[in-house]
Amino acid sequence: MAIFVDQNTKVIVQGLTGGQGKYHGLRNKAYGTQIVAGVTPGKGGTDVEGIPVYNSVAEAVKATGATASFVTVPPKAASAAILEAAGAGITFIVCITEGIPAQDEARTYNTLVRDFPKVRLLGPNCPGIISPGKCNIGITAGEIAQLPSAKGPNVGIVSRSGTLTYQALYELKQLGIGVSTCVGIGGDPVPGTSFIDCLREFQADPETHAIIMIGEIGGSAEEEAAEFIKANVTKPMSAYIAGVTAPAGKKMGHAGAIVSGGKGTAQGKMDALRAAGVLVGHNPTEAGSLMAGIVAGIVAGLS
Amino acid sequence: MDLFEYQGKQYFARYDIPVSKGDVAVTVDQAIAAADAAGYPVVVKAQVQVGGRGKAGGIKLANNADEVRTHAGNILGMDIKGHVVKRVWVENASDIAEEYYASFTLDRGAKKHLLMLSREGGVEIEEVAEKNPAAILMLHIDPVDGLPAAAAKKAAVDAKIPEAAQQGVADILVKLYRCFVEGDCDLAEINPLILKPTGEVHALDAKVSLDENAEFRHPEWAEFQATVELDARELLAREKGLQYIGLDGSVGIIANGAGLAMSTLDVVNQVGGSAANFLDIGGGANADVMAGALEVINSDKNVKSIFINIFGGITRGDEVAQGIVEALGRVDLRAPIVIRLDGTNAAEGRDILKNAGIPESKLTSKSTMLEAAEAAVALAK
Repeated sequence: MAIFVDQNTKVIVQGLTGGQGKYHGLRNKAYGTQIVAGVTPGKGGTDVEGIPVYNSVAEAVKATGATASFVTVPPKAASAAILEAAGAGITFIVCITEGIPAQDEARTYNTLVRDFPKVRLLGPNCPGIISPGKCNIGITAGEIAQLPSAKGPNVGIVSRSGTLTYQALYELKQLGIGVSTCVGIGGDPVPGTSFIDCLREFQADPETHAIIMIGEIGGSAEEEAAEFIKANVTKPMSAYIAGVTAPAGKKMGHAGAIVSGGKGTAQGKMDALRAAGVLVGHNPTEAGSLMAGIVAGIVAGLS
Repeated sequence: MDLFEYQGKQYFARYDIPVSKGDVAVTVDQAIAAADAAGYPVVVKAQVQVGGRGKAGGIKLANNADEVRTHAGNILGMDIKGHVVKRVWVENASDIAEEYYASFTLDRGAKKHLLMLSREGGVEIEEVAEKNPAAILMLHIDPVDGLPAAAAKKAAVDAKIPEAAQQGVADILVKLYRCFVEGDCDLAEINPLILKPTGEVHALDAKVSLDENAEFRHPEWAEFQATVELDARELLAREKGLQYIGLDGSVGIIANGAGLAMSTLDVVNQVGGSAANFLDIGGGANADVMAGALEVINSDKNVKSIFINIFGGITRGDEVAQGIVEALGRVDLRAPIVIRLDGTNAAEGRDILKNAGIPESKLTSKSTMLEAAEAAVALAK
């Protein structure tokens, strides 16, 4: 088991003929992901190293039965690409595009909620998702992800920050701890998938025994996750929040300060998570070693 | 990108939001000309992006040209909480019957737009929120629905805006919402939104923050860019398209990804050092970007060591290494580099660095973030 994607997931790449799309699409394929088609308007009928390219998502879905899409198109085109995928029957969309205007994100997200309630969007501006050994959609270097072990314990990772997602994978690999699924939800203002969405899935996934969560300053997603954890998550967790020493970042002015109401600082987020029973590290390595302790405890409990 | 008040008002005017007649001035003579054109009495307002201008003496009423000369002369060059006043906005003074507050932002938690409307304007909205939260109407707006005129009118009624002002406020809410959405604002705020004794509703101040991701569809923003106040390091970084924030410490930081860059600052701090900057070279950073980043760091005289922290995803380790080698050929770096390189093509990158023949006094490689931070902090002491 894994969450959201596994070895059976058929994936198309929107933007496969572009530089980034080709590089990462082929890497995902080489990892073993079922990359079944690419979509680039006007380039239908061609192929990228054997992967057929279609003019539209609808054509690609019809020909391949794909259910997931990897969107790697420029910011101007990303919203339309996401909605095209949803309209064509894709149910899991990973968008790595960085730099989409917040207004577009808000409109696209709410359009999905209203018109395509069964569609899950991961991102935008996220590294993607990897279920090690099964499926890798996005820009994660697959070799840094430790394969899950059949008897466990395995760890699920959910992270708001791209590079810190890799850092977390790397820490677990150093410790020889298997990963069930690693989800990068992205740091944009309106992420399609939240911490809570992932925590709920991890809690329900029998192959996931513990969870690492990586957050950062700003917004209140971590505080909301802490509330959810307190009420719903029984699996042990460790966490790290980036930005303890960061300068007060992009100020949203008075109105923004009110919306977050004192929330948004690293300290506040760490306190909220601790109060929910999560072990919080001061750096990614410490979050890794705390997880090692958790995993050792699970192993001892199993034997 | 935060706009100055005068830019915010000019931006509001594009969306037909009523603002006072006025103009911006950088000299006393220009201020007098602006006042003559606007009609007396006028208000001379310091243009700084910091609160508390009025208390600091940065807002003055002038009844004639001589008074404008005195006030503009005093205000131009004034230091308000570390911000030197370079411009004043001179506008026709308004009679005020009542003061309200209105703003639109994105509520990240709810993933919807948020209208905040209060009949208690003209004071810090945080103060109102603390003392009398019931006086603020908070209304979530689904971006797919937008804000129809009827909903704006209902909001004005629900916020207990006096009847005489309800229609005027509702009209401005619709326009301000259009400005917020089509104008790609992170924040569009009017405080105070005034009711004149003559019955008109009018924006007396403007606070606008623009979403830089939307710059590609707003050529009119170019003039706002020109007035963004940056230090020399930040200017150089902007020219090179880098995400850079200047700080006061001695360890120069280069990392890929905002999260990792923040984390790098944290770790440097944790081992007893202090960062000279925040610099995210982003995804897909190539040799040119790395060379540019090193040039920016090198321009900072406080930097005693440079900590490059790269974890490859889109960014490839071999390209980063190439960039460092190239930069060392281009720039005479004053400070030694400590690098931690992992992820995509990290092994290739480390080989490139090893085979480039760079002396160890100039570059050391460490395998973990903590070790690299310790080495960089030791070098900076």
